[in-house]
Amino acid sequence: MDYNDINKLKGKTAVVGLAESGCGIAKGWSAMEIMANSVHDALDDAGIKLSEVDGVFAATAFHSMAAMSLSEYLGVKPKFADGSQIGGSSFLSHILTAAMALDAGLINVAVVAYGSNQKSIGGFKTISEAMPYEAQYEPRMPVTAYALAAKRYMYEFGATREDLANVAVSARDWALLNPRAYTHNDGPLSVNDVLSARSIVDPLGKLDCCLVTDGAAAVVMTRADRAKDTKNTPIYLLGAAMEHHHRMVSEMPDLVRTSAIDSGKRAFAMSGYSPKDMNTIQLYDAFTINTLLFLEDLGFCNKGEAIDLVKNNNIGPLGNLPVNTNGGGLSCVHPGMYGLFVTIEAIRQLRNSSGDNVGDRLNGGWIPNAKLSIAHGNGGVLSSQVTNIWGVSETI
Amino acid sequence: MPENLKGSIGPEQQFKNYLTEGKFMIQKSKSLNEFFFHPRVAFPGTGERDLEWVEASGNGIVYSTSCNRRLPEKGGDFNISLITLQEGPRMMAKIEGVAPDQVVIGQKVKARISSLKGEPAIIFDIVEG
Repeated sequence: MDYNDINKLKGKTAVVGLAESGCGIAKGWSAMEIMANSVHDALDDAGIKLSEVDGVFAATAFHSMAAMSLSEYLGVKPKFADGSQIGGSSFLSHILTAAMALDAGLINVAVVAYGSNQKSIGGFKTISEAMPYEAQYEPRMPVTAYALAAKRYMYEFGATREDLANVAVSARDWALLNPRAYTHNDGPLSVNDVLSARSIVDPLGKLDCCLVTDGAAAVVMTRADRAKDTKNTPIYLLGAAMEHHHRMVSEMPDLVRTSAIDSGKRAFAMSGYSPKDMNTIQLYDAFTINTLLFLEDLGFCNKGEAIDLVKNNNIGPLGNLPVNTNGGGLSCVHPGMYGLFVTIEAIRQLRNSSGDNVGDRLNGGWIPNAKLSIAHGNGGVLSSQVTNIWGVSETI
Repeated sequence: MPENLKGSIGPEQQFKNYLTEGKFMIQKSKSLNEFFFHPRVAFPGTGERDLEWVEASGNGIVYSTSCNRRLPEKGGDFNISLITLQEGPRMMAKIEGVAPDQVVIGQKVKARISSLKGEPAIIFDIVEG
């Protein structure tokens, strides 16, 4: 396939509003209610009226037809809607679809939204069906799949549980600087804390796994011409690409090489930038192994070398590579599907450096002069991979 | 395939029927002379439909392994592994006969047909040496 026209969408659309709602615990609120809160707050952030929304994109584990349910709840009549469900990366693919629909002139204002109150109503919530040829062995999905990948990674590259733990330690250090983070007041983690936590599925312990929280999020997108007239700083979509090679972990072609290799390459090609240009790096860290795999697969280092890259807190606030600067799914928020939160952190960093007030961080929590961010989403069991590259106007 | 499938069964049911008969069967494309798993109506990726069922050797190598922690009163820890079959394809299965956390990547394993919750299931054992 020829991807010569791959940059047609570069800079054509922007996120002009964003919001979160009910992150952490939202007892007494439904998934729909906090999702709708986040949409209204994101529209307020943009200065765009609800009546202007004509594109709705949503996926949750609570609604089989989330885009339709959300539209009805909001009272909008979308001209285009998409509820594609490819797991936690769905929202990064919704952003790509929304950009195409906006650029094609099918819609003028898109909202992309997610909401979950899983923690308040009993824990991790999924609508995944039992996998044929796997279910009878009763794997503890999704943890078993990521443990199998981690084990293979350790075997191929001589990695240790300490190497995995380094990821969790840095994520917590970022969360300590972010008052929005669920673990903000929980204090730092040591490698030993991570190693001595209860094992869920060897080699992954409890602190190698993401949080289980409530939370909702939304972003508002529009075309670049309209974006200039909104309330705050527009952040432009410079590149976006998706790819997936399997649904079940037993069908994953190579446990230590994800299709982020492909999504990343094409997203960077569309943007005209490369990994070294990224000022902030936001990766879907459902488990510690994710961060190692995605740093490699997206081109921040060679295969097998992420264990060196994350040593000495190098991806923490005092390191050289700002990764998951909100605290990540490991230490900030993880309401079942984390994709929009990756996106929002990528954009918040750029808006903060552009002078917008997007909340307070402790000293070192905001990356100075950030102009380019990568947001990378993962879905299923290292299955769907979607990469978005975001930039301020001068980067187009 | 004829449009009307009345009286025939799909590959998933066929696989299970073979298991019930005590046979671990996998599919191959005759023209490609290549195997695949899990069972499908056509060869994945290229779509060949000249398929036949062949009894698997049952020989495999541990590609990855995990020990799933579970409270003793709920049945205790158990193993979940991915096995690369001698014929090429990979599958998920449980390895028994050793502690669930003592399975090692690269070990040789051999399939047998057992049952899980009353359904026939492929289980692997470690091959000595």
